[in-house]
Amino acid sequence: MEWETIIGLEVHAQLATKSKIFSGASTQFGAEANTQACGIDLGLPGVLPVLNQAAVEMAIKFALGSNAEVARKSVFARKNYFYPDLPKGYQISQYELPIVSKGYIDIQLDDGNSKRIHITRAHLEEDAGKSLHEDFDRASGIDLNRAGTPLLEIVSEPEMYSAKEAIAYLKAIHTLVKYLDICDGNMQEGSFRCDTNVSVRPKGEKKLGTRTELKNINSFRFIERAINYEVERQITIISSGGKIIQETRLYDPTLNETRSMRSKEEANDYRYFPDPDLLPLIISDELIVKVKQDLPELPPQKKQRFIDQYGLSSYDANILISSKDMANYYESVVHESHNQAKLAANWITSELLGALNKAGFDINNTPISAIQLGKLILRISDNTISGKIAKSIFESLWNREGDVDDIIEKHGLKQVTDTAAIEKLIDEIISANPQQVIDYQAGKDKLLGFFVGQAMKLSGGKLHPQQLNELLKIKLKK
Amino acid sequence: MHRKTMTELSKDLHAKKISSVELTQHFLERIKLYNEKLNSFITVTEEFALQAALDADAQYATHQAGPLTGIPIAHKDIFCTDGIKTSCGSKMLDNFISPYDATIVQKLKAAKTVLLGKTNMDEFAMGSSNENSYYGAVKNPWDLTRVPGGSSGGSAAAVAACLTPGATGTDTGGSIRQPAALCGVTGLKPTYGRVSRYGMIAFASSLDQCGPLAKTVEDAALLLNVLAGFDERDSTSVNQAVPDYTQTLNDSIQGIRIGLPKEYFQQGLQAEVAKLIEAAIKEYEKAGAIIQEISLPNTHLSVPAYYVIAPAECSSNLARYDGVRFGYRCSHPTDLEDLYKRSRSEGFGSEVKRRVMIGTYALSSGYYDAYYLKAQKIRRLIRNDFNEAFKNVDVILSPTSPTPAFKLGEKANDPISMYLSDIYTIATNLAGLPGISIPAGLVNQLPIGMQLIGNLFEEAKLLNIAHWYQKITDWHCQTPEGF
Repeated sequence: MEWETIIGLEVHAQLATKSKIFSGASTQFGAEANTQACGIDLGLPGVLPVLNQAAVEMAIKFALGSNAEVARKSVFARKNYFYPDLPKGYQISQYELPIVSKGYIDIQLDDGNSKRIHITRAHLEEDAGKSLHEDFDRASGIDLNRAGTPLLEIVSEPEMYSAKEAIAYLKAIHTLVKYLDICDGNMQEGSFRCDTNVSVRPKGEKKLGTRTELKNINSFRFIERAINYEVERQITIISSGGKIIQETRLYDPTLNETRSMRSKEEANDYRYFPDPDLLPLIISDELIVKVKQDLPELPPQKKQRFIDQYGLSSYDANILISSKDMANYYESVVHESHNQAKLAANWITSELLGALNKAGFDINNTPISAIQLGKLILRISDNTISGKIAKSIFESLWNREGDVDDIIEKHGLKQVTDTAAIEKLIDEIISANPQQVIDYQAGKDKLLGFFVGQAMKLSGGKLHPQQLNELLKIKLKK
Repeated sequence: MHRKTMTELSKDLHAKKISSVELTQHFLERIKLYNEKLNSFITVTEEFALQAALDADAQYATHQAGPLTGIPIAHKDIFCTDGIKTSCGSKMLDNFISPYDATIVQKLKAAKTVLLGKTNMDEFAMGSSNENSYYGAVKNPWDLTRVPGGSSGGSAAAVAACLTPGATGTDTGGSIRQPAALCGVTGLKPTYGRVSRYGMIAFASSLDQCGPLAKTVEDAALLLNVLAGFDERDSTSVNQAVPDYTQTLNDSIQGIRIGLPKEYFQQGLQAEVAKLIEAAIKEYEKAGAIIQEISLPNTHLSVPAYYVIAPAECSSNLARYDGVRFGYRCSHPTDLEDLYKRSRSEGFGSEVKRRVMIGTYALSSGYYDAYYLKAQKIRRLIRNDFNEAFKNVDVILSPTSPTPAFKLGEKANDPISMYLSDIYTIATNLAGLPGISIPAGLVNQLPIGMQLIGNLFEEAKLLNIAHWYQKITDWHCQTPEGF
């Protein structure tokens, strides 16, 4: 039987506000336990929440960046459940009237086509604290530093049909929130988390299968693996006549499997109701206009601009806008190289990204600054060095050996363009290889490559290939 | 000295006839003498009080004193007070020393009042008799076998017995006005949003409001001047200018239109109470007020709606008392569930548990629409009733409670009958309106209260009309025998 996979995603993006969503405490990551929780975060008797306006503006930014509607009136609701790291016994979230709804984002598929994924809603809510089950003798510790950190929960429609599509969507959302500067996107620190709903059904079937939820997986790679594992698991169960249980499952990256989480929430009734401590959130047109004015250039616009302005292919443009840092890097290189836009794109997408991937780095910790790469390209384009030499200089730059011009100077890598010098070199080769000269002159044109190779070898690659070719041809004719 | 109003004491202090320290010592003495009988204080803050009195006297010495400088007051034990036990009348918070001041506590501190102590109350403000306190029932100073009303019963009894010239209270369904009526003092519940709720331990957030209890309307106005105002820490407080409520107390009431809701004068209202209210109405009429009957047709729905909304909110508000971070924790919990179950079972009293369970039920999926949502719709209907009424009248007048103070234990096992003693006050909270209760006479030596309800933010008008009555009567000057 052929199967169809259906995936829906809930992303929790931690908003990059300085203070918490309902209190003035700092949101900084990594502080000593319980030092960034004030009375409001602790849920002391009598305290009240006050909404952080910055979180609201970030949610509006997201709406504008994802072609979504901003609710003129949205409502905060209490989600009631008991857990030690939930100080008030309820989480302030949004339920019936979220701040953002009906958006979409276009993702690039492997076949080059794009697909539109719809965003059902995005709502503001507060994060809970952390329960620490290690380091305490037969007890649990509670760290409330994270309690009250603002989250934007972004819920997609269940319309991704493979792990690859799901990852493409996640990466697109990840790119967007970073472009918008509303989330640092750090998955290791939990600033960007994802719950994945997976179900399968026989191809052609209209009804959705029973889904399972994969929770809190902190890398794209693991999410992809977890989905693939889960799809196989579900198909195996259904194929052998079994039934899928709706449950939350945990992915174990070391064993590459998912397993049922002791589900504390299965029978939970969250008893949502509007939070009487907070008035409905009313958003004016003026505020939306103001946020719109401050909106940065977003991926789709940037891509189009790169194509128009720099003459890039759609493929290269996609790579170069994949993160804001990447795009900024590219534009700096273009600037430093005096507008060698295509050359810059080639060097980044092939040499630099290849090296970064190999080393497990990304553009933020590249050893080669945009200034140096730009200079390197400039030196190629002004014929100071040959492309071949450039590659060796690239190596030197990677090893942090300093400035491009200094390296050229120090190692004498300047291209030789003096015709007399090149002719002298050619003469040496001709006299050292008489048989090849005879063969060439007898019509073995392919031997030209041999002479080029010899010349390059002797010069240490410092000759301009075209110039060398021309001079060789003239000399060999004689 | 203790029979004087805050206004009179302020004059004496300004005239240097007395010092704040002397005044404070006097009231502390009285509390020592009478509190055992009344049980109106949970905590007496003698040291804090004497220090504050010294500071206040220093202000008088340097001519920086304001109208409330050096005047002793008491806070209902629902308000968080920095460094002072804040129990909310519950075993759950018996060990809770608040690390911060409620906004209104800060404000009264800044006005240089002297805090005598924290007054007894029904646990988490749930009750109409003050019998639901972990610290035992408060006795009505007019008759020690009777209840003082609730939940601000400690504040009302303390003011009535002259253990403090004024006190704060909170009113969620009548918790300031009903005990004020039953103890023969003046109690004002301001418009929802007029006074900050920050630091006031929540019972039902959309209904709770802080207000003053005092001997006279004039004193209540003086206190409201300090209490009222926008607070950025309370999102439901309203940013609207605060007038000087003492300035309009003596405005003419000629031509004021007073509405009498017929639903508030029907069965259940004790005849002697009705008679005294009718006498008061006659006085207003004689003074040129225009009296007219009005209808608030959804009145009968207010108690049922209230007993869905208030428990629903409380079930969520009280979830934080879980034995994890502060407050009562059961001994030797075996696991997390045991910790939750026993801490909450042992830490809460029965009325609190009853309401938490009712509220949890009302919010449960499958019942939410039938209970919570419907109650909210009723709430809008009740608000509309008042909107209609205020098209034709300036204030609404009624009894505060259907009977004078009842006996201790009389209704303790009959929650419904207990709930009905708030029948005239509850709708006001559902509609967010201000209401005041002032003494309107005695029935068998027990005080009864008259309630005036105003439109939103019309506290000044209420105080003006209530003050007029106190100018022509001396019910508010009556004090219980033995105090």
